[in-house]
Amino acid sequence: MSYVPIKRPKFSFLDKIYVVELVKGLIITFKHLALSLMGKSRSKKDFNGKGVGACMPFPEQRWDAHLPEYYRGAPTLVRGEDGRERCVSCQLCEFICPARAITVTPGPVAEGSGLEKQEKAPAEFEIDMLRCIYCGMCQEVCPEQAIFLSKEYLITLTDRKDAIRNKAQLYKLGGTRKGLVNKWNQYK
Amino acid sequence: MSKKPALLPKDEAAAEGKVNVQINGKWYRFPKGTRIADACNSVGVHVPCFCYHPKLSVAGSCRMCLVEQGMPPRLAPGATPTYNEDGYQTIQWMPRAIIACANTVAENMGIRTDGKLCTEARRGVLEFLLTNHPLDCPICDQAGECKLQEYTSDYGSGTHRFTESKTKKGKNLSIGPRVNLDQERCVLCRRCVRFMKEIVGEEVLGVVGRGTHNAISCYPGTQLDSNYSMNVVDLCPVGALTSKDFRFKMRVWFLKSTPTIDVNCGTGTNINIWTREQKVYRITPRQNDEVNSCWMPDSHRLNYKYINAPERILTPLVKTDAKAPQRPSTWDATLNLVVEQLHKCAPVEVAIIASARMTNEELYMARALARQLGVTKFDIVPRKGENDGMLISEDRNPNSNGAKLILNKTGAGLATIRRGVKNGSIRSLIVLGEDVTQEAGIPAEDLAELDYLLVMAHSENATTKAADVVLPGVTFAEKYGTMINVAGRIQRLNKAIEPLGEARSEWSIMRELTELLGCDCPRVIACPSPMMILEEMALEFEPMKGLTWGNIGNEGKVILDTGVTIPLIEREKSKK
Ligand code: SF4
Ligand code: FES
Repeated sequence: MSYVPIKRPKFSFLDKIYVVELVKGLIITFKHLALSLMGKSRSKKDFNGKGVGACMPFPEQRWDAHLPEYYRGAPTLVRGEDGRERCVSCQLCEFICPARAITVTPGPVAEGSGLEKQEKAPAEFEIDMLRCIYCGMCQEVCPEQAIFLSKEYLITLTDRKDAIRNKAQLYKLGGTRKGLVNKWNQYK
Repeated sequence: MSKKPALLPKDEAAAEGKVNVQINGKWYRFPKGTRIADACNSVGVHVPCFCYHPKLSVAGSCRMCLVEQGMPPRLAPGATPTYNEDGYQTIQWMPRAIIACANTVAENMGIRTDGKLCTEARRGVLEFLLTNHPLDCPICDQAGECKLQEYTSDYGSGTHRFTESKTKKGKNLSIGPRVNLDQERCVLCRRCVRFMKEIVGEEVLGVVGRGTHNAISCYPGTQLDSNYSMNVVDLCPVGALTSKDFRFKMRVWFLKSTPTIDVNCGTGTNINIWTREQKVYRITPRQNDEVNSCWMPDSHRLNYKYINAPERILTPLVKTDAKAPQRPSTWDATLNLVVEQLHKCAPVEVAIIASARMTNEELYMARALARQLGVTKFDIVPRKGENDGMLISEDRNPNSNGAKLILNKTGAGLATIRRGVKNGSIRSLIVLGEDVTQEAGIPAEDLAELDYLLVMAHSENATTKAADVVLPGVTFAEKYGTMINVAGRIQRLNKAIEPLGEARSEWSIMRELTELLGCDCPRVIACPSPMMILEEMALEFEPMKGLTWGNIGNEGKVILDTGVTIPLIEREKSKK
């Protein structure tokens, strides 16, 4: 069978005029209004709010400490504990990126950099933050554990050109990450 | 009750010179002597192969192609075979798998690739091949078109049990001017060794070391520098041999391949152009057993850089005054200006130099233009070189036969034009797709003496620099068209990228120019595409009769009997 008939609920007259539900909703709203006017709103402590109610005076005050472990902010490139820039420019993130935000220009490693085993590293790596949708696919697809979504969510631009982050900026934002698989050393 | 025995399938097949083979439960008929691997692949049953290549001798060394095989039971003396109701004997399956590349099909043979035996054989072979494989796919240029990757994901086990450290071999070794070798990635199929020995005839590569230290290497004191060396890159099923030119340029999964033909010589080698967006990244040969087999020369393969070079002319250029520099202009303004200027020239003082590097469609339009102008001094530039005894023809023009057929020109009139330019009897010159300071032998000083020089070209050169007007054309990667190779085969060029900048395909420039000059012949001005021009030509030229873009196909069609052969193809045929 190609379709499944859906059983629709039967509505009574009271349901149909929806005044009851409307009033129910308003009661909740007024309850919160009353609570916040009394200075007893929920999450008051978390927001550390000075003002009335549950509003946080952003950007002076931030929600950052409450971001969950899995929060997906701006993607960044990371170095390993050995200080090696981890990206080898395999371009899988560029391929997987649904928003086509990533552009990798592959190239050989710099001569005399001691990375002869790795052979390949991006000549340039650009992420267009106006295109990025913070989906995290790049982090998931990366075979080198080189790209991670940071907790940075506050990206304010005054120029479209500034939206494109280059390799140097991305490595700076990413910093060093501990506990990653150690690859491309003399043993491998 | 006696019934006349019906003809058995084996007799029917034998009458056609074929044999019956059961593949995964279904019966097929193949010519005698077909390899099992080819037979299976031809009916859509995939047999993975590393070392087997239809154009090389069989090595049977990788064992990737193991299949389960069975034959009818051997009869006791005096016994007669029994046949089931379909007329086949029962198959007795062998307890061990055999390699499909080195064995040929036989009557009533059975092949199974979906059984437990075959599955396990493949998994086992892959596990062994991967014991020492470096697994550096993220930095390997072959990733995405690597047989080892493909087979491992199709038939491999996903994990492996070897915890010992891997054998170390040479990585990133330069074994020739254009090829890199990574011995760790090699699966020792020896395709490269056999190619150099059997096709090129230079035994440069060999296997050294024993056991797990086996590795491909050049013989001491030699390097892989043949003009056909890059074919081993295509042949290598893994990333052991990679191209220096393509090294770390782009991952192959981003590239789109367009089947077309090479334009560096008269052979018209069939190729694929690999592009991403508007950029050409590499060229690889495309199999055509009548033209280039599976190979192509490195010199032709690497001659694509000019397509995306900064020398490309991207807008029409116009010199408003004899001394003034060339300035970019728009198409409309430029063409109108050209028409105005051409109307001022006396036809006897005008010469046209066309090119045998143009497609048939462009030559047809060039002829229309010449007729419209009433110009009789009209020829192409011949280009001769040395035949390398393999694929490179001595005719370095890709479409000399087209020029001969459509324009009836072979370059014999070029000397007259050259003299005319020198002694001043030719005051205006129209150059279509050539740099006349090169092979045509018209020095730049003589060009400077001309009253009017109109040039159509895709890239800047000495001729365009001297021109009064430059019309930007396109390279072979940006256009559709047909060419006739030295052996008389008409083949298609396909567009791989859009014309760069404001460049336009030459046929359309010439069509518009002819129309603006006042031509009203519908057979010229009403042509909306190269495909339609081809149909017009099919009506006019006897050898092209009945040709359409569709029926030329990807392999081309022989339309002329030129008597010229391609040495490599002749050798290949004589081997069979
Ligand atoms: S280098 Fe490539 S083609 Fe040559 S033996 Fe090794 S895997 Fe085969
Ligand atoms: S393909 Fe048959 S053994 Fe290698």
